[in-house]
Amino acid sequence: MSSATLEQTHPTAAAVREPKLLSVRGLRKHYRSGDRILQVLRGVDLDLAAAEFVSIVGQSGSGKSTLLHLIGLLDAADEGEICLSGQRVDDLPGRQRDRLRNTAIGMVFQAYHLLPELTALENVLAPLLVRHGVWSWLQIRAEARRRAVELLEQFGLSERLQHKPRQLSGGEMQRVAIARALVGGPRLLLADEPTGNLDAETGAGILDVLCALNRAEGLSIVLVTHDPSIARRADRIVRLAAGCVETA
Amino acid sequence: MYKLLLCWRYLRTRWIALASVISVTLGVATMIVVNSVMAGFSHEMQTRIHGILSDLVFESHSLSGFQDPDWHMAEIRRAAGDAIVGMTPTVAVPAMLNFQVRGQWITRQVMFIGIDEATHAGVSDFGRYLQHPANRSQLSFELRDGGYDTVDSQAGGTEPTRPALEAAGWPHRKMRVERERLWRERLEAERGSAPEIETATSSASLVSDLGGPTRPVDQQVDAVLAATSAEPTAETRAGKPADPFRQVRPEEGTRMDPATEQFSGIVPGIGLASFRDSAGIDRFLMLPGDDVKVTFPTAGTPPKAVSETFTVVDFYESKMSEYDSNFVFVPIAALQRMRGMIDPQSGLASVNSIQIKLRQGTNLEEVRDRLRKAFPADLYAVASWRDKQGPLLAAVDMEMAVLNILLFLIIAVAGFGILAIFFMIVVEKTRDIGILKSLGAQASGIAGIFLGYGLFLGLVGAGAGLALGLAIALNINTIRVGVEWCTGQRVFDPSIYYFFHIPTIIDPLTVSWIVAGAVGIAVASSVLPALRAARLHPVEALRHE
Repeated sequence: MSSATLEQTHPTAAAVREPKLLSVRGLRKHYRSGDRILQVLRGVDLDLAAAEFVSIVGQSGSGKSTLLHLIGLLDAADEGEICLSGQRVDDLPGRQRDRLRNTAIGMVFQAYHLLPELTALENVLAPLLVRHGVWSWLQIRAEARRRAVELLEQFGLSERLQHKPRQLSGGEMQRVAIARALVGGPRLLLADEPTGNLDAETGAGILDVLCALNRAEGLSIVLVTHDPSIARRADRIVRLAAGCVETA
Repeated sequence: MYKLLLCWRYLRTRWIALASVISVTLGVATMIVVNSVMAGFSHEMQTRIHGILSDLVFESHSLSGFQDPDWHMAEIRRAAGDAIVGMTPTVAVPAMLNFQVRGQWITRQVMFIGIDEATHAGVSDFGRYLQHPANRSQLSFELRDGGYDTVDSQAGGTEPTRPALEAAGWPHRKMRVERERLWRERLEAERGSAPEIETATSSASLVSDLGGPTRPVDQQVDAVLAATSAEPTAETRAGKPADPFRQVRPEEGTRMDPATEQFSGIVPGIGLASFRDSAGIDRFLMLPGDDVKVTFPTAGTPPKAVSETFTVVDFYESKMSEYDSNFVFVPIAALQRMRGMIDPQSGLASVNSIQIKLRQGTNLEEVRDRLRKAFPADLYAVASWRDKQGPLLAAVDMEMAVLNILLFLIIAVAGFGILAIFFMIVVEKTRDIGILKSLGAQASGIAGIFLGYGLFLGLVGAGAGLALGLAIALNINTIRVGVEWCTGQRVFDPSIYYFFHIPTIIDPLTVSWIVAGAVGIAVASSVLPALRAARLHPVEALRHE
């Protein structure tokens, strides 16, 4: 059950030897609900090579999503460290973490999480809008737009550019969300149950998109799912149970 | 960039926020209108006060005044001649004005002011406030042959509001004398063998006649009528030995025909002579051509009361009811003579004060202080018109300040509306805030969205308020007429305010302060919701349903 491995005792040495894209060591996280303390992660280790596709499976409450949020720098861990390309990122100041989240990491969620006021195209452009101020945005606008349109066309949404999220189907929304995650050119894509709200066929389509991105563009993907059949599409499966990585 | 975009989108999709803007708009509009009207009133009032008082008043503490105004004027010119445009001496004493309306004597307490008709209009707007066009260009204390304005020359209307003034002047005087003669003849014919009545009384004997408790009523009426006809004769005057001023009275020893002659001219304030009825028509208690009696103290110690008859030649209307119902003007030379202010040996007259007009743009206070240095303060007082009206002006300023505070509270209330609605929007947008954070938006950026949103709302609200306020302030008189037409109620009663139009002055500085304040409040009230949004935990925000 315990994730204690040889590597864990020499994390820095390992990082120097072979710089992994992502390396997670001894991650612990608890939540407090009322006076009850809920220990969600109890020392998780995880490595991800460049261009690797890993699925994390586990039952509800096993801490999959929490782990993904920690890797995505949306939350702070109690203990442990996260390194991205050999550089520790979890203890960076807030602004740099925001910056990293914007440039190096793309995230896809089960509930799509598109901004309802913006069109599909604007949603895709959102990370670039966040990255640039008014003046630099005006300079790169044409280029950014071209790239966003390209991504949407690639995902078969060329007719849907000016539609608001509520006018799109679930599968379309998820593809818009993936395009948004990719538009900033991230090294790592984090997907949290991306097919959870979709029917099997549409879900399979989304998975095809992710696999194709992994194969063709060498994008590293961490996919969280509770469905073993979906997890099998990945190169490797990591099983979480009771807050620890289960050796498969 | 996303801040601008989202601000704009929220503004376009959250119309509820505009509801809070309406109160900002109304607050700003109200403040602009109220400030404009208050400033208009205040300005109007100051202009009138200033028009009545000259720039500087040089006066003696004593009611008897100081001798030789020419020497004083030369000294004043020596001390501050470069700033002085004109000077005129005046004599002012408290007095009682007595006049008769339908047989009833009315007495009013007044300020009795002797002015130099040649120079007085040069130091103040005095001339502008008279009712006869010729008097407005050059005042004369001679009764005119009619031609008094029947419309208010300052209001600029065309509708005659003073029909009574049509007949004023010599025609009125002649008609009155004739009517009194007929009336007296009729009374005499009816009474037949009534005791002989005095056909004329001096003003001094009138008081005792009226006071006589044992005289029958009809005799009192006769006495009153006789007094009104006012025919001072040499016989009756000669019969009164204790008259201290008889030797200086030019009319002494002559018999006067009221139909062709007049007493010394007098210009009472219009508030003493008339009242305005609810239809906006001025009703007159006396007209130019009527005679009035004034009782006033002589110079010297102790002052004695003397009474003199004057003929009304015009009315003074400054539109400041305080002055219009208090001031009475007569020729300074006549007043000096009647009060015994002329030194019988040297022939030098005394005056109470010297009114000084300064060159436009001169520093009032500086010249005042120069004069204060030049003359001993225990004998002379030098005051600017502002000093004279200090408490009144301060009260108006105070009123304006309080009103502004109260009205600004309206905008502050609007601020709380924005606060509440913004909190609602933050709650509603919690998930979007989480999404933005997951896309790498910084806390400051999230706060910026809501601050920018508040700024937008403030600008929209204040801008609309500015437009509305200016539109109302510029067209307030049209609006007043419209409201009066719709409701049938008089919104602005000229008989109360003495203005025919609501005066407004739009001060750009005040308006910009109001707008800036409103925008500031809108931004300030979006600070708390913005901070709350910025502090939202991204994971919890994403999970928010």
